[in-house]
Amino acid sequence: MFEIGGKLLKSRLFVGTGKLPDYSLIEKMYYEAGVEVFAVAVRRIGPNTKHTRNVLEYIPNDAIIMVNTSGAQDHKEAVKIAMIGRELTNSNWVKVEIEKDTKYLFPDSIETLKACEILVKEGFKVFPYIYPDLNLAKELEQIGVEAVMPLGSPIGTNKGIGCEVLLKPIINEIKIPVIIDAGIGRPSHAAKAMEMGADAVLINTAIATSSDPLKMAVAFAKAVEAGRVAFEVGILKEYEYAQASSPLEDFISG
Amino acid sequence: MASFLEEAEELFKEYKEYIPTHKEVCDILDKEFLSKEDLIKLLNVSNKEDILLMVKKAQKLTRENFGKVILLYAPLYIANYCQNGCVYCGFSCKKEYRREKLSFEGIENELRKMKEEGIDSVIILTGEDRINSSVEYIEKACEIAVNIMSEVSIEVYPLYEEEYRRLSNVGVIGITLYQETYQKEDYEKLHPFGPKKDFEFRLNAPERALKSGFHEACIGPLLGLSHPKKDVLCAILHAEYLLEKFPKTEISISFPRFRSAGTDFMPLYTVSDKEFIKFLIIARLYLPRVGIVLSTRENSSLRDALIDVCVTKISAGSKTTVGGYAEEKDEDSEAQFEVEDRRSVSEVVDVIIKKGLRPEFTNWVKGVKNI
Ligand code: SF4
Repeated sequence: MFEIGGKLLKSRLFVGTGKLPDYSLIEKMYYEAGVEVFAVAVRRIGPNTKHTRNVLEYIPNDAIIMVNTSGAQDHKEAVKIAMIGRELTNSNWVKVEIEKDTKYLFPDSIETLKACEILVKEGFKVFPYIYPDLNLAKELEQIGVEAVMPLGSPIGTNKGIGCEVLLKPIINEIKIPVIIDAGIGRPSHAAKAMEMGADAVLINTAIATSSDPLKMAVAFAKAVEAGRVAFEVGILKEYEYAQASSPLEDFISG
Repeated sequence: MASFLEEAEELFKEYKEYIPTHKEVCDILDKEFLSKEDLIKLLNVSNKEDILLMVKKAQKLTRENFGKVILLYAPLYIANYCQNGCVYCGFSCKKEYRREKLSFEGIENELRKMKEEGIDSVIILTGEDRINSSVEYIEKACEIAVNIMSEVSIEVYPLYEEEYRRLSNVGVIGITLYQETYQKEDYEKLHPFGPKKDFEFRLNAPERALKSGFHEACIGPLLGLSHPKKDVLCAILHAEYLLEKFPKTEISISFPRFRSAGTDFMPLYTVSDKEFIKFLIIARLYLPRVGIVLSTRENSSLRDALIDVCVTKISAGSKTTVGGYAEEKDEDSEAQFEVEDRRSVSEVVDVIIKKGLRPEFTNWVKGVKNI
């Protein structure tokens, strides 16, 4: 169990829903992979139509909806989208995602910071999607966000923890949870994020676009758990020189 | 002339005869982002094996960037008055033709009928006639549409910036505007008179719309009116130009092929299915995040084959006559062009689901801002 946003969760695997081939997978992931947190883009929460049902109808009651502000162009839009999202979903968990461009989908740090300041004051549980930038993470922590969500690699690239050297200081220095978001392509990448000490991961593309999203979610859930257990036990360091192997040791210590 | 058109012209000249080797194609496909030279080289490829490799990568890029989702929309023709004499078009003012324009009540009826079919994203279309289809008329039509549909775009004559702003304030999120051809000389011959004659005013319209608060622009040539490969190259560079200038917006591209429209115009160029597919694939390879739109002008089997490769948005159940949804109309004699894929929305939805994709009817619910 771990605590985040005022809730106790069993699963450290969060899943994005926007790219899924079928929303009925959401419920299956909840029951079969134990996923408890689902990110939903507010801009896509459409009404029921003859052919489709509103995504919210597929999310089990006990699961947590993390509304996502994707599509917001600046902090004002992000705040507005968050407000709309809260009304539509009844959830005050908001992933603040403000992107600077549609080529790389890199987050806009300045606008994100501004949006978080307002949303925290408005009583949201705020989860900003950010660059792995320690200073920014610290400022967000000061503001009172629930967790930071630095990218592991650029969104959708499946390249894994490409930003390891930048993520480590955040994990070490920040007291609030760190959720690695974006870029994780394989269960082994997720395990690695957990071994590094991340508190959770958010996966979207890698699960949604696999040939069997449900099975892949189960694989990710297992990897996340394995990585976390290993972190808690304490991963052995890789030593370049074997320990105390020199016959001179007695002389030196004596 | 716009800088991207000059660039296209130079690239085209320089690489006109250049056919890359298989090894070169593989090297290009290994890159994360293609250069402009790579782009023109790929456009020259005609070898089947190489095209199939390109298909493979295009499919991967589409899945990574757009997931397993296909957006659906339908057009609504609200008026067919037109002051232009485009030599290839059935709505041209030189043609004897029953002109009509929907009343606001008629527009509402049409939209409700479309909604019943399951459509939630609509493109409002008119011919080019500032008097019979005034901006006020379009604005009011959009207001009605915004109240019924989750997503409203327009495909009307090029407007001025303030006019686009008015529509954006109503809640219109996207503009579709085909340049027809990017080759100015041909353009002028094809549009002998009328306001559409102004090549630049049309070329710069998507930019004005994006400046005025639109979220999306869909652009492209009408393939066959002029040199297809050149037009495709220009359209891709146009899309790139818009993406760079408006990095936060979403740009889509579409390559409708010329279809007979009840005129005796015979296009100088025809585009084979193979070429057409190659063009769409290359747009995806060069611009991984650009939307690719496929209309009902294409036949159902080709549409089905492309749906899970590079396409992100398709029209379904389209009627191209004014008031064709609520009333029975003869699509063959009254439409602006021939519709090839006449399947209902439900039938198209079934195909999408069978392909393991999720049909989605909205990208920007009420433009998000206007919920
Ligand atoms: S293509 Fe458009 S502008 Fe040209 S004649 Fe037809 S309706 Fe009018």
